[in-house]
Amino acid sequence: MAATATTTGTPYLPAAEALSPAPARGGLDPRLYQIAALTGLLAYGLLRLDLEVRPGRAAIILISVLATQYTCTRAWRLPAFDARSALISGLSLCLLLRTNWAALAAMGAVLAVASKFVIRVRGKHVFNPTNFAIVALLLTGQAWVSPGQWGSAAFFGFLLACLGGIVVNRAARSDVTIAFLAAYAGLVFARSLWLGEPMTIPIHRLQNGALLIFAFFMISDPRTTPDRRAGRVIFALLVALGAAFVQFRLFRTNGLLWSLAVFAPAVPLIDWLLPAAPHRWPAAPLRRSE
Amino acid sequence: MKRPLVLAVLLMAAVSGDRILAFCGFYVGKADTKLFNQASQVALVREGDHTVLTMANDFQGDPKEFALVVPVPTFIERRQIAVVDKGLLDHLDAFSAPRLVEYFDVDPCAPPPMPAAAAAGGGRDLMLKSGGAMRGVTVEATYTVGEYDILILSARESNGLESWLIENGYKIPSGAAPILGSYIKQGMRFFVAKVNLKEQAALGFTFLRPLQVSYETPKFMLPIRLGTVNAKGPQDLFVFALTRTGRVETTNYRTVKLPTGMDLPLFVKAEFKDFYKAMFAEQVRREDMHAVFLEYAWNMSWCDPCAADPLSSEQLRKLGVRLENDNRPTFVSRLHARYDAAHFPEDLVFQETSNQDNFQGRYVLRHPFKGTSQCLEATRYDGDLNARREREAQNLAQLTGWKIEDIRRKVQTVKITETAPDAALPAPAPWYRRVWASLSWE
Repeated sequence: MAATATTTGTPYLPAAEALSPAPARGGLDPRLYQIAALTGLLAYGLLRLDLEVRPGRAAIILISVLATQYTCTRAWRLPAFDARSALISGLSLCLLLRTNWAALAAMGAVLAVASKFVIRVRGKHVFNPTNFAIVALLLTGQAWVSPGQWGSAAFFGFLLACLGGIVVNRAARSDVTIAFLAAYAGLVFARSLWLGEPMTIPIHRLQNGALLIFAFFMISDPRTTPDRRAGRVIFALLVALGAAFVQFRLFRTNGLLWSLAVFAPAVPLIDWLLPAAPHRWPAAPLRRSE
Repeated sequence: MKRPLVLAVLLMAAVSGDRILAFCGFYVGKADTKLFNQASQVALVREGDHTVLTMANDFQGDPKEFALVVPVPTFIERRQIAVVDKGLLDHLDAFSAPRLVEYFDVDPCAPPPMPAAAAAGGGRDLMLKSGGAMRGVTVEATYTVGEYDILILSARESNGLESWLIENGYKIPSGAAPILGSYIKQGMRFFVAKVNLKEQAALGFTFLRPLQVSYETPKFMLPIRLGTVNAKGPQDLFVFALTRTGRVETTNYRTVKLPTGMDLPLFVKAEFKDFYKAMFAEQVRREDMHAVFLEYAWNMSWCDPCAADPLSSEQLRKLGVRLENDNRPTFVSRLHARYDAAHFPEDLVFQETSNQDNFQGRYVLRHPFKGTSQCLEATRYDGDLNARREREAQNLAQLTGWKIEDIRRKVQTVKITETAPDAALPAPAPWYRRVWASLSWE
């Protein structure tokens, strides 16, 4: 699908799905790699881990995200329908969101994608779509996330896949992932050191598939993180602190998700304090007009 | 000998009980927790932050030797402690145990049965030495409850607590101090119980009844770490979590459903308990001992097939369920962990989900038709039987790790005595219902 490239920000556009300057390096869109990694993980989960998600449920979520993306593309009169970001949101929802009701799962999918178009400040959407949908559904009391569902066997394979993503991404926006993981791991280790716990405990806590999905596919979302590197590092630290607070002070689960949702609205403020050009995804296979 | 145990928490959500699929079949056996040595049973009621922990264990030795040290998140008053009837946990165990059902094939020459109708079964509904203060240990309270002397301790540092416990006659394993220290830093108290021999003699109990503690805490966890110090090999822990919203699962370990629904050779009926032990050991091995197993998850108002009657309101109340606060049915999740320090480095942390899908460990015996019939179907049926026996043998080998040759030999040689039920036989669910069931809720 052709898209017209622009050279300046396009603040009225919901996301980079449509208009975008040429990919910075003309290379592979990192989202394709992400889609491949998430699909592989979902297949592994379905076939080997007996995750509480059925193929039918996954299909409902994926169809719903694509339909919502399509509808919003038309409604906002974007020049091109681009499935990539929506697929990433949908696959992440399949991996994380659990509910008894198919309708709620579909609602989560719609909320995720629609939030990109509706909840916007200065041309950027505020919430990571998956994070927004999950937190919204957790608030209903009818959905949950199973952070313990990944075994350690899955962890190392998945870690490799995620690190592969950094390579593909050529560290373009990996700073937020690295800063977050360093801060969060630091907090988990520091707490264990303070408590005198053996190091097997913090290591066990960090060997968690949900943490990897969060760090590599959610907080890393370049569209919802601050534009300047210093801003992104500050943001990552805030989210790590918030997550540790929820887990170790409030003793509630899903600290990562709650923390990201709480600090996401601070991104526009950080961007205001530390302005920079916003990120754009490489466009779909496109004809450059420049 | 110490059997350290622990504590825990939960939440809720309303879901009607309409998403259930009836299993028909005759309940014939169950495998309860008594099979396992070094097993602890814990009933864990969680409503919001309100937590009631009932602890039983298989301590067999001299009651003088018994002591229990449980980290608890708050100070515990006398009214928060009770001693309850062991029968409550036994009943909960029996209700939720893996079960064996059997079906009897109908005459292959008879007209096909109607799809299975309504489900069978159905709903029905310490004596102290001083010196504690010097060691930074404060005895915050002492109570005698039933046959137990109970202390609530707080401490400032772990070495002091360890020394204090040792001086007061508790055999604290070496290596416990750092663990005690981490609980102290988290502001936890220690619930310490010993048997009061006089009281025990007066009460006339020859075994130790379960202790029950209730408290309010956001922490929904069970401290297992103390129990792993000096443990002789892995231990088994059964957690019967009672909530109103749905299943309880561990958030820091994988919660894995026990394999269920397989057809097994008929001889398993006589050795169902061995089967359960072997199967559980095999599943633990496959998960590299890093998982907690879900063995049962069910709305307490019914069961099918029933391994035991659902608990009565009175029994649930005694376990700490506050029926007066909430009229939703109680949901029970039975979790089974085999753990040691190497594979379970941190305490179990739980969460309550709104998952109300029913689940049970259920294994099926199918008795061939014994009569004599002559028809085309009968010939085909005889041919299918051999394939079915082989499938059953393979299932058993896969579940338990037993050698397939041994199983095949037993299938051939073990004499099956069967008692066909008098009543009309419910047919196995038609294939489309089984497929639907497997797609939909298991």
